[in-house]
Amino acid sequence: MANTAPAHSMHGDGADGDTRRDFLLHMTIATGVVGTAMMVWPLVDSMNPAADTLSLSTIEFSIAGLKEGQDITVVWRGKPVFVRYRTPEELKSAQDVDVKDLRDPQTDASRVKKGHDAILIVVGVCTHLGCIPLGQKATDPRGEFGGWFCPCHGSQYDASGRIRKGPAPANLEVPPYTFVNDTTVRIG
Amino acid sequence: MATASTAQKSTWRKIYEWHESRLPIVTYLDHVVGTKYPAPRNLNYFWNFGFIAGFMLLVMILTGVFLAMNYTPHVTLAFDSVERIMRDVNYGWLMRYLHMNGASFFFIAVYIHIFRGLYYGSYKAPREVLWWIGVLLLLAMMATAFMGYVLPWGQMSFWGATVITNLFSALPVVGKSIVTLLWGGFSVDNPTLNRFFALHFLLPFVIVGLIVLHIWALHLPGSNNPLGIEATPADKVPFHPYYTIKDTFGVGAFLLVYFAVVFWAPNMLGDADNYIPANPLVTPAHIVPEWYFLPFYAILRAIPNKLIGVLAMFGSILVLFVLPWLDTSRIRSATFRPVYRVLFWVFVADCALLTWCGAQLPEGLPLVLGRVGAAWYFFHMLILMPVVGWLETPKPLPASISQSVTGG
Ligand code: HEM
Ligand code: FES
Repeated sequence: MANTAPAHSMHGDGADGDTRRDFLLHMTIATGVVGTAMMVWPLVDSMNPAADTLSLSTIEFSIAGLKEGQDITVVWRGKPVFVRYRTPEELKSAQDVDVKDLRDPQTDASRVKKGHDAILIVVGVCTHLGCIPLGQKATDPRGEFGGWFCPCHGSQYDASGRIRKGPAPANLEVPPYTFVNDTTVRIG
Repeated sequence: MATASTAQKSTWRKIYEWHESRLPIVTYLDHVVGTKYPAPRNLNYFWNFGFIAGFMLLVMILTGVFLAMNYTPHVTLAFDSVERIMRDVNYGWLMRYLHMNGASFFFIAVYIHIFRGLYYGSYKAPREVLWWIGVLLLLAMMATAFMGYVLPWGQMSFWGATVITNLFSALPVVGKSIVTLLWGGFSVDNPTLNRFFALHFLLPFVIVGLIVLHIWALHLPGSNNPLGIEATPADKVPFHPYYTIKDTFGVGAFLLVYFAVVFWAPNMLGDADNYIPANPLVTPAHIVPEWYFLPFYAILRAIPNKLIGVLAMFGSILVLFVLPWLDTSRIRSATFRPVYRVLFWVFVADCALLTWCGAQLPEGLPLVLGRVGAAWYFFHMLILMPVVGWLETPKPLPASISQSVTGG
């Protein structure tokens, strides 16, 4: 075809790969790659939690009515949060564990707030694959360690919410929370 | 053809040729699935299942589009909108039962199709890329079916989605962020349902695209056959009418079974718990996936370590990508491989065992059997495939397909 431009390698003034056309080509490719990357990120990030979803992430509740040995479940970010007022025996069993023996070593003290040692607050989601462990109701099985028992694949947690047996890799997560006053807790 | 003069042609013929000279679509299809595509003359009924799978995809797209006209992807409305489809929408029950059971029958067809390939060595050179695209199709189908099952927003929908998305949290460092990204929140919730609906709508069309590539890759070497030897031109017949008629017959037989289930036992393959609306605060006592995921679920649960369990589960499918190189035998068909032939059936039994284990609670005997089954799965793929290929003495191959019949 007489009217088409000569083939790229036969054109230009410099050595191989050093023509103005090569330069333009490389600039175009680079711009294209950067531009594509700049477009991909908004697409991906649009799938992350939106602002309104994030704004739902603080709750406040009262534990005034909670008695020793009782549990309540509150909902935070669409997940249950277990609040347990532990009995002295439960507390002692949680504190007496040798941390070295644990899969996810954490002391009981590091999982509660100072001065509120008996109140354990953990996210009630099994760290294996996300089922809700049993143990909030008096009639529920609590496993061999007196905490919670996950029915899905049999993970067992102790009275500090620490993983003791089964496939779960980590302790029940302690959410970020503060005691607003002695009977009010804010999570988030 | 060009022998007839213009004057003798019918008006229809002229219109056809006018159009064909501008967009030769009939000629093209004739080359792809018609008289110009030669196929080996000895294909048996196991070769029907590719066509059947393609047919089921069309059924899924058709019923799916009409379901989507009445379905609402919102956590407060999804369950009720599906119940409305079942009770109030004209023939809504039919659309839903066809779609629900269609997924199962789609998997039945594809699994038979895959085992056909394993038995007759269809993954071996020169069909490796064809096989790869097949594995991609399987993965895309699994993703589609998983997200579809979430849409009715019953208890199994919700907890299935929770457990499966949480699989990714096993990945070190990035795991948690990936799960949050998948959810669009801090648990499976409305954003999750919304995006799953969008992707469930999209992926079947990606599957259509992959099928085009699958057929394309098939047409260079042509179909394998039960003897696994090269088919000479003399041993081939045109796809149309020989295999179009055979495939149509096969689809008919398959549909009889499919419709029998749709009309007489539409919930046989489902889980009753999915007729309970999703409750994010109560996990059902026994979470089971749909039957077609059970073997993989059994492999996941066989391993007491989260990360390794997840890797093994994905690995059980990904290993298929390298199967063409793990199998060191150059003989394709198991007909001529006395040892592999036995191992193939053991492998089928192993998959059946894993399916059973996946449906049981993971304790006691099912757990032990699940571990044995999972170990055998990988032992078969990673050890037996190469070793048997080296050590086995194959039976003599016939010189051609016709020679295997005439003996001469
Ligand atoms: C590869 C093809 C497909 C597969 C394997 C598949 C699979 C599934 C499954 C397993 C369900 C859950 C059924 C139930 O338990 O109710 C489902 C639901 C649904 N699918 Fe699909 N699907 C496919 C294609 C499509 C397409 C193309 C559309 C739309 C264009 C669609 C729209 C829907 C809708 C609206 C629902 C919710 C209604 C319901 O639950 O019955 N599907 N799908
Ligand atoms: S989700 Fe709790 S043990 Fe698997």
